[in-house]
Amino acid sequence: MNFPVLSVITFTPIVAAMIILLLPAQRKNEARAVALAAACFALLLSLWVYIQYLTGHMTGYQFTEEYKWLPQLGISLKFGVDGISAPLVLLTGVVMFTGVLISWGNDDPHVMAGIQDRPREFFAFLFILASGVFGVFVSLDLFMLFFFYEIAVFPMYLLIAIWGWVQTREYAAMKLTLYLFLGSVVSLVGALVMYWQAYQNTGILSFDMIALEKAGFSQTFQNIWFLPVFLGFAILGGIWPFHNWSPDGHVAAPTAVSMFHAGVLMKLGAFAALRVGIMLLPQGAQTWSWLIMLFAGVAVVYGAYIAFVQVDLKYMIGFSSVSHMGLVMLGFSTLNQQGLTGAGVQMFSHGIMTALFFAITGMVYDRSHTRQIPELGGMSKIMPFAAIGFIIGGLVSMGMPGFSGFVAEFPIFMGVWGSRWLVAVIASISIIITAAYIMRNIRQVFFGDVPEKLVGHVGDVTALDKVAIVTLCLLMIGIGLFPGVMVPMVQTGVENILRLLGGA
Amino acid sequence: MFTSTMFASILPEILILIIGMLVLVVEPFWKEEKRRNVGWLTAGGLLAAMLISLLFAQPSEPTATLGGMVRFDWLGFFFKLLFMFAGAATALLLMDNEKVGHRGEAYLLLLASLLGMNLMASSANLVMLYLAIETTSIPLYILSGFMLNDAKSTEAGFKYLLFGALTSTVMLYGFSLIFGFTGTTDIYQLAGMLKTGTLSAIGAFGVLALILVGVGFKVSIVPFHFWAPDVYEGAPTPVSGFLSTASKAAGFAVLIRLFFVAFPDYASSWTAVLAVISAITMTVGNLLTLQQTNIKRLLAYSSVAHAGYTMIGAVALSQLGAASVVFYLAAYIATNLLAFGIVMAFSRVTGLEDIKDYAGMSRRSPWLGLMMLAAFLSLAGMPPFGGFVAKVFVFAAGVQAGYTWLVIIGIINSIIGVYYYLNVMKFVYLYRMPEQDEENHPVQLTRPYAIALTVLVLGVILIGTMFAPWFTWSNAAALNLF
Repeated sequence: MNFPVLSVITFTPIVAAMIILLLPAQRKNEARAVALAAACFALLLSLWVYIQYLTGHMTGYQFTEEYKWLPQLGISLKFGVDGISAPLVLLTGVVMFTGVLISWGNDDPHVMAGIQDRPREFFAFLFILASGVFGVFVSLDLFMLFFFYEIAVFPMYLLIAIWGWVQTREYAAMKLTLYLFLGSVVSLVGALVMYWQAYQNTGILSFDMIALEKAGFSQTFQNIWFLPVFLGFAILGGIWPFHNWSPDGHVAAPTAVSMFHAGVLMKLGAFAALRVGIMLLPQGAQTWSWLIMLFAGVAVVYGAYIAFVQVDLKYMIGFSSVSHMGLVMLGFSTLNQQGLTGAGVQMFSHGIMTALFFAITGMVYDRSHTRQIPELGGMSKIMPFAAIGFIIGGLVSMGMPGFSGFVAEFPIFMGVWGSRWLVAVIASISIIITAAYIMRNIRQVFFGDVPEKLVGHVGDVTALDKVAIVTLCLLMIGIGLFPGVMVPMVQTGVENILRLLGGA
Repeated sequence: MFTSTMFASILPEILILIIGMLVLVVEPFWKEEKRRNVGWLTAGGLLAAMLISLLFAQPSEPTATLGGMVRFDWLGFFFKLLFMFAGAATALLLMDNEKVGHRGEAYLLLLASLLGMNLMASSANLVMLYLAIETTSIPLYILSGFMLNDAKSTEAGFKYLLFGALTSTVMLYGFSLIFGFTGTTDIYQLAGMLKTGTLSAIGAFGVLALILVGVGFKVSIVPFHFWAPDVYEGAPTPVSGFLSTASKAAGFAVLIRLFFVAFPDYASSWTAVLAVISAITMTVGNLLTLQQTNIKRLLAYSSVAHAGYTMIGAVALSQLGAASVVFYLAAYIATNLLAFGIVMAFSRVTGLEDIKDYAGMSRRSPWLGLMMLAAFLSLAGMPPFGGFVAKVFVFAAGVQAGYTWLVIIGIINSIIGVYYYLNVMKFVYLYRMPEQDEENHPVQLTRPYAIALTVLVLGVILIGTMFAPWFTWSNAAALNLF
């Protein structure tokens, strides 16, 4: 296999961004078309990688490419996917594709859907972000991981500050950027310390993560540096008590950016925390797993409870993301097979689900101009498609069997039960709260009567929106009915982590 | 007597001198309205000089030439290339600055100062070094105060002169003490004579402190930074850009050569001092930047902070540390020149220099907005721009040398940096002009600006992505110190 598929996937968005920027500013539709074409291309390639990995029953790192970038310091552009990152690459492809569809925009001044103002810049920044995200998921080199990680962070500022919700965008964008940058630089110091320590231990100067796994860091070293590295990344994963940037960011961001943010970026944090924190410092992870479990357990319950009391639809989903990402972290903290597998699937499942939620929230808001749950109602009569999508998303969120949420959450709770059963009991409270707020919202927003002031000027969703909704829903149902298309694959990745933990 | 090595070792300087003479000869014959074309001559000449030097005057083994006055090595050579690049960009940026760039003297002064910088980077003797520093500074005093009818510019020139004269005298006193202690002014002989024990601790510390005053002024570290904001604000913008990049880099060239080569035995004392100064410089520079409302003052204070980051590499006292200093300076020269170039291009059209005047800039000129984004993100240390890689290298060197606390101060500072750089971008991208009619107020770029800014932005991206060749060169330069 000589075709460098991973680098093509990674650099497609950024090349598309350059092409979009070179178009004249007035050619809005051309910019959108280029964006859609690039998104389709990236989606197809990532799907191809996923299917190859699945049908080939592959294990370990596949599709690897390596280019020496700076041999003196052991920096190389090394790409590869394993069973955990392949689904995430696919997730990014899906969210990118649906995000472009949602942001298409139209020139009807009453609807305000999508992106009207400077779509050229919007898509360019969004795609730079997408390149960064792809890059993190496929990087096997610590330096490059940071490189792409930072690329994924800074466009968020512009995307939120320029196209976000007028009332909070400046505050939220700055808060988000500073939080994430703080997290990443803290991890960076940890990474540099690891790099030099590995050099001392092995005599090889290398940022290669597979080499760093074998560097033989001492127990004390791992205990000291695990927390800064893990938590630095986990900030982006929305871990309590550093979650507070995330709902603000979700709410202020425009729809497609919220989808990216909650759907993909938070996975980026969790993934990097797993890959750099747990995989490179496994003994440190064992030492501190109780603390991570504590944080995650609080996030799960507390996030769900805060989501329950929200009256703003977007804040509700934002806090539900905190709760669901808490489940991912909970899965990590078990450090056993069920928990980690569940966490891997949950990253994908939650990414799709929350992208769908934000997409539909955006559709509702664009047409009704309100996100206050009490002011909405009867939307299923106006936009039945969106209503069905939201219900499916809700079922996933509650962890109903037959949907991807169940496939993900059940093993997580099993894993936690095997590790510390009390945490499992407490965390399971969140399932009830989640069911309560999801069902309450479905009733309030989508059923009942349409409020008077919304009658008449709220229209149905567009055909492009429907394509996006269908794509996302099918994925969630598909994984729910056929867990075999994802779970065994994630398990191969988990085996690798367990080997590192066991070898400790 | 006059060997080819000797010739090669000062070939860049000879070429600069030739360009300067050409400028002098040609300028009176051109009509007044055509005199800005001297800028093309200067920039083109400097680029040709870079090319010729690269082809014919690449150093191999470090050698002392011209009676030990000049050291012919990669350290000096790489810095010379950087200076000439900065000089060429500055010449282009000067061209459409009507009060400065339409007079031939400006280019001549620029070239004279470049000549001094080149010698600063390669001089191996304290006497030569002092002369080089003065050759660099005096034309810059004049350039800073070039706009005679502008009170701020005059103030800038005078302030720069006073501070510069004072600090260089203090440094000269340090040099004379060294001569008194050792009886030599050759930097490379000093290393052997200044073995531990030949000088009392207090004597060594005093000498180093005196020299640090002069160098610290050049690189504008706290507490020798007070001149920077006023001078940068008052001086013609391209000159500010030149001061904050090439002149600062020249200071660092002297700093690393002098401290690494001549005082390695006193390393434990001066690295400790430099570490503290670096921490203070970053912190003070960044905190003061937070309150600025004028874009040039903002860049001035942020350049103080950048001197602090760069210093981490020097503190590390390792080969990687020195290489990271050189790399950082290369990235910083391209980035900050770009930033000042954009400020210049913007104020040429609008005449405004406050941050709030940048509202709606990205709608007025999308490309200029994007370039500004690139420059400011690079300054903030974000990939894929040069600033990110440079910061990582400097931090890596710091961690390697065990200065983790300094690196942590560095990262806290870079977060502050992200805040104020993004704050400017908020004006550029988010806010709008009062009438919301940006389409009617485009910011047109003239050709010299377009060329200079494009080259600089490409440079910033290239340094940030294809960093291997730059690092190899920086490393070759650093190798000469050990």
